[in-house]
Amino acid sequence: MAAEGKTIDALSQFELATVLGPIGSSVGFSQSNAHMLLAAGLITALIMFGMSARAVVPGRLQSLAESSYEFVHDLVLGQVGDEGKRFFPFVFTLFMFVLFGNLLGLLPYAFTFTSHIAVTFALAAVVFVLITVVALMLHGRKFFGYFFPEGAPIWLAPIIIPVEIVSYLSRPVSLSIRLFANMVAGHVMLKVFATFIVLLGGLGAIGPFVAVLPLGVNIALVGFEVLVAFLQAYVFAILTSIYLHDAVHLH
Amino acid sequence: MPQLEFGNPLIIAQIVWLLIIFGVLYFVLSTYALPRVAEVLEDRRRRIEGDLEAAQAAKAEADAAIAAYREASAKARAEAQAAIAEAMQSAQAETTARADALAARLAKQIDEAEARIGRARDAAMGALRQVSTETADALLVRLTGRSDQAVLGAAVDRALAARGQG
Repeated sequence: MAAEGKTIDALSQFELATVLGPIGSSVGFSQSNAHMLLAAGLITALIMFGMSARAVVPGRLQSLAESSYEFVHDLVLGQVGDEGKRFFPFVFTLFMFVLFGNLLGLLPYAFTFTSHIAVTFALAAVVFVLITVVALMLHGRKFFGYFFPEGAPIWLAPIIIPVEIVSYLSRPVSLSIRLFANMVAGHVMLKVFATFIVLLGGLGAIGPFVAVLPLGVNIALVGFEVLVAFLQAYVFAILTSIYLHDAVHLH
Repeated sequence: MPQLEFGNPLIIAQIVWLLIIFGVLYFVLSTYALPRVAEVLEDRRRRIEGDLEAAQAAKAEADAAIAAYREASAKARAEAQAAIAEAMQSAQAETTARADALAARLAKQIDEAEARIGRARDAAMGALRQVSTETADALLVRLTGRSDQAVLGAAVDRALAARGQG
């Protein structure tokens, strides 16, 4: 479908379509949501089946489950400190959900739900609401002192306060656009080079030889995209942890 | 770009489903899955700590045993040395005492013998005067036919004195 009519159609892969027939369409359950459900199921299965042996010396799956646990645990506690234990399940869920969303999207025919700005922004908004609520609950009115650092000259307040407020409000925007843009760019690139393979492959006798070039690029891109999938999940999780640190400690 | 067609009702539905799925995932992970991992990790940590503690205790025990052994052997050596020294001292003392006793007995015997010799010599000396007087008298009688006891006695005494035996 990508090479249909000899055009490059890199964006139709992001189109939403309902699944599960009439039931799905009546509740608006799209393939994106199906992939979310799959990711959630895989994460739960990884932990539940992985840890079902409860072995002192872990097997492969248990090692994977434990190392993902410890990775996020160290990340959260390293950034937030001991108070971070309360937020660990949230950051773990977020990290695994984004990671599995990114990785599942790399499979052929799969849909990448993290390539939808609405999804990434919703996740970032959840983070934003959480950090604001936590900061307000822990510090009450003192939270607003966050927007004016102590010791700054008072005449700078008209500049500092708007800047701080804008920077605070831009957090969910940057958090969501970073993930969305990375995933979209990667998948568009993959699609474009995949289309090149098909288009060049049709160029008569030399076609298959020339088509090897975009194929090589695509192979490299897939490896790169795996890296990006991990990296963006990590960035999402560590930025959430940093924001939580600010919420808990106010600077 | 399909992501930016916010008029599409599926985008709103997608977010609603996202929040539901994410919420359920969070609930399941935080309630069932993650405590399980934490439990296993804690269990392992406790077990390793317990093993390390047991090893440390065993090491301490071994160290104590070695120290006790060293102390005991040092004590035994010191005792043996003391016993040897004591035995040597007592043996030496006994030897000295025996030698002293022997020396004393010998000295006494020597003294007694000397006294006996002295007595015998005195007796002999006493007898010598008589014998010499009698002999001189007999010689004198033979030669001159007379005897003068007083002169003879004085002469014998003089001669004996001259010899330093008087």
